[in-house]
Amino acid sequence: MLAYILRRALYAIPILIGVNLITFALFFVVNTPDDMARMQLGAKRVSQVEIERWKAAHGYDKPLILNERAPGTGKLTDTVFFQKSLRLFAFDFGVSEDGRNISAEIRTRMWPSLALAIPVFLIGLAVNVTFALTMAFFRATYLDFWGVVLCVAMMSISTLFYIIAGQFLVAKLWDLVPISGYNTGLHAIKFLILPVAIGVLSGVGSGSRWYRTLFLEEMGKDYVRTARAKGLSETAVMFRHVLKNAMIPILTGVVVVIPLLFMGSLLMESFFGIPGLGSYTIDAIQSQDFAVVRSMVFIGSVLYIFGLLLTDISYTLVDPRVRLE
Amino acid sequence: MPFAPVILWTDALLWLLVAAIASYLWMCARRPHLAAPWQRVVKSRAAMVSLALLAGYGAIGLADSLHFRVALPATAAGEAPAYSPQVLSVLDLALVRLRRSEETTYSAPLATRLFALEEVRLPDGRMVREYPRLRYGGAQLANEGERGSDVAKRALAGLAGAALLWLPLGALLGPLRRRAPQVPWRAAYATLGAMLAIAGPVFALSLAYHVLGTDKVGQDVLYLSLKSIRTSLVIGTLTTLVMLPLGAMLGVTAGYFKGWVDDAIQYVYTTLNSIPAVLLIAAFVLMMQVYIDGHPQLFPTTAQRADVRLLLLCVILGVTSWTSLARLLRGEALKLAELEYVQAAHAFAVPHLRILTRHLLPNVAHIIIISMVLDFSSLVLAEVVLSYIGVGVDPSTISFGIMINAARLEMAREPVVWWSLASAFGFLLVLVLAANLLADAVRDGFDPRVRVGRAALQGAAQ
Repeated sequence: MLAYILRRALYAIPILIGVNLITFALFFVVNTPDDMARMQLGAKRVSQVEIERWKAAHGYDKPLILNERAPGTGKLTDTVFFQKSLRLFAFDFGVSEDGRNISAEIRTRMWPSLALAIPVFLIGLAVNVTFALTMAFFRATYLDFWGVVLCVAMMSISTLFYIIAGQFLVAKLWDLVPISGYNTGLHAIKFLILPVAIGVLSGVGSGSRWYRTLFLEEMGKDYVRTARAKGLSETAVMFRHVLKNAMIPILTGVVVVIPLLFMGSLLMESFFGIPGLGSYTIDAIQSQDFAVVRSMVFIGSVLYIFGLLLTDISYTLVDPRVRLE
Repeated sequence: MPFAPVILWTDALLWLLVAAIASYLWMCARRPHLAAPWQRVVKSRAAMVSLALLAGYGAIGLADSLHFRVALPATAAGEAPAYSPQVLSVLDLALVRLRRSEETTYSAPLATRLFALEEVRLPDGRMVREYPRLRYGGAQLANEGERGSDVAKRALAGLAGAALLWLPLGALLGPLRRRAPQVPWRAAYATLGAMLAIAGPVFALSLAYHVLGTDKVGQDVLYLSLKSIRTSLVIGTLTTLVMLPLGAMLGVTAGYFKGWVDDAIQYVYTTLNSIPAVLLIAAFVLMMQVYIDGHPQLFPTTAQRADVRLLLLCVILGVTSWTSLARLLRGEALKLAELEYVQAAHAFAVPHLRILTRHLLPNVAHIIIISMVLDFSSLVLAEVVLSYIGVGVDPSTISFGIMINAARLEMAREPVVWWSLASAFGFLLVLVLAANLLADAVRDGFDPRVRVGRAALQGAAQ
């Protein structure tokens, strides 16, 4: 098992190098640091002196890949690529445009993000599976038909609508919870109820329709017919046979997103003023803070690759047919 | 000439796409094996209803894709005519009243007065604060008390006009049903009727009122909503133009050649996939913005800059979303490459390229078509979210995302300004719902697994 995990982890290295190269190419080659400086300084006519000063202050005043003037290994290390891109591998993210330490920001902002994302994930999964199982249980009846219609209608509504309408109805009109904001500890609950509910609701449509398809596909298989032929009740067939076997495709979709919960939700956090990583990212995009965007891209891909690894491991746990070799 | 045609990049590509779809359908009509799945699709009532709705949206979007610049009044004889810098479309011509009738700020749907108090100078010189009359909305009314009856009269006239247009079309139903009896023509005809029953009164009222009100800067919301349709359609369709060749070629090639080709292609798409989509798109768009801002000389007019940005957004969305199609096609090609007919082609020394294009691509075409239709709605919804985050279309482009972004604080106002958001979400919902229903029908018609699965289910139920 350990050897298997190690081997899978080794696969991640070339992918992370690839991610690093893509971000490097995007942020430094397509547009030079001079372009970035001009953008950050804002004004149309910026003198070259100001640009140089900005680059020096942010550490972009080095050659991109090869520093010919530096002595020894400095030829390779004293470059933008080494300082800005390779440092990411050591989770050293540097400072943002406004001079704050990105790693420290991430460590404090991670918790509000998780406080929102984990309940949305768990409750959403439970609601979706329950709804999908109900539809599959009453398949080819009116309940199933209208359930699917409801799902298609719900997935056709933009997430923004759920947020704006929910905020308006629950927070403003009925005045049940604060409109936005955040607090630490248990005081956070009243700020989180509405975003969690909206997060779950906006995912019900596509989620339960997808799970329903999985359940129905599983119910068309031979072992289900055998189970029925043995005289098992429909409930026993659904819960003991279909649900268990459908767990395998469900796991593929679900496990991979668990690590990504750290990244938070862009829309939810920015609308509800939750100081998590999602709103951090959105602020960085809007203020064109390239250092932060670069760091979030890197963290996001590390987490995704970790999720793939978790998926593989969870397969071997739930499906005895999958061998480790 | 009184006008000079302007061909924007997205216009050209959109019309090219229309031509491609038309020639594909023509090809389908002559080959029974290609036509069969489409015949299964149009048997579904939901598909016909959504096709009618999408045709309505498509007509508006295409009318908005014929651009031109109007000639300015000639200054001197013999001089080359000068053209206005403003790029207009055929849709703008039809909606000329809506485009020109700008108020100063918010006004409610069908209102005759502004939504905000303003200082008004009375004829005797005193200043009072009141809700001033609108410049255009209901300006023809001498007495505002007549608004109700005037609205009803106009709506009825519009309804009558719509009925006059709709009823004669019913004569087509008979011949159509004789030619293709299995197609639920009545559903499409009824949908058309419903669309006309809404469009007729709305059009009649729009000649004298702001049917959906005006926004913060006084623009007519109905006009903005109609103009947004084109942006949504461009994003939903042109993105597939980028995604399709990349995904289809790379996916099928990986599955067919296996070995190092497969490894290389898999590496590329796993790497791209591992970057969270929104962040990758944001990174691309930020870089594109820096480039566009750095090279203003390339884009002479605002319309051209906005158009290039829209096109590049499609390219970016395509580059970041071809991976799932490629993965699907790779899996399918892996299976197909082992089948007898491909082995036979090998034995006859058919070149690889020919096997790929003649034997593999046609047999994965159903997957390509299904994913194209399925992706449309998610792309349309993605535009809204991206524009909200600020990495979507150019702020000068009219789109649902920009509308929602501009109006997102209006629900917090007191009293609430609800009409901009309601119109944007309403138009968006109908478009996406129709696309989703059509996608369902297309999947049912094209995916052999669905039919087998359904047969098995029915067997189990009996």
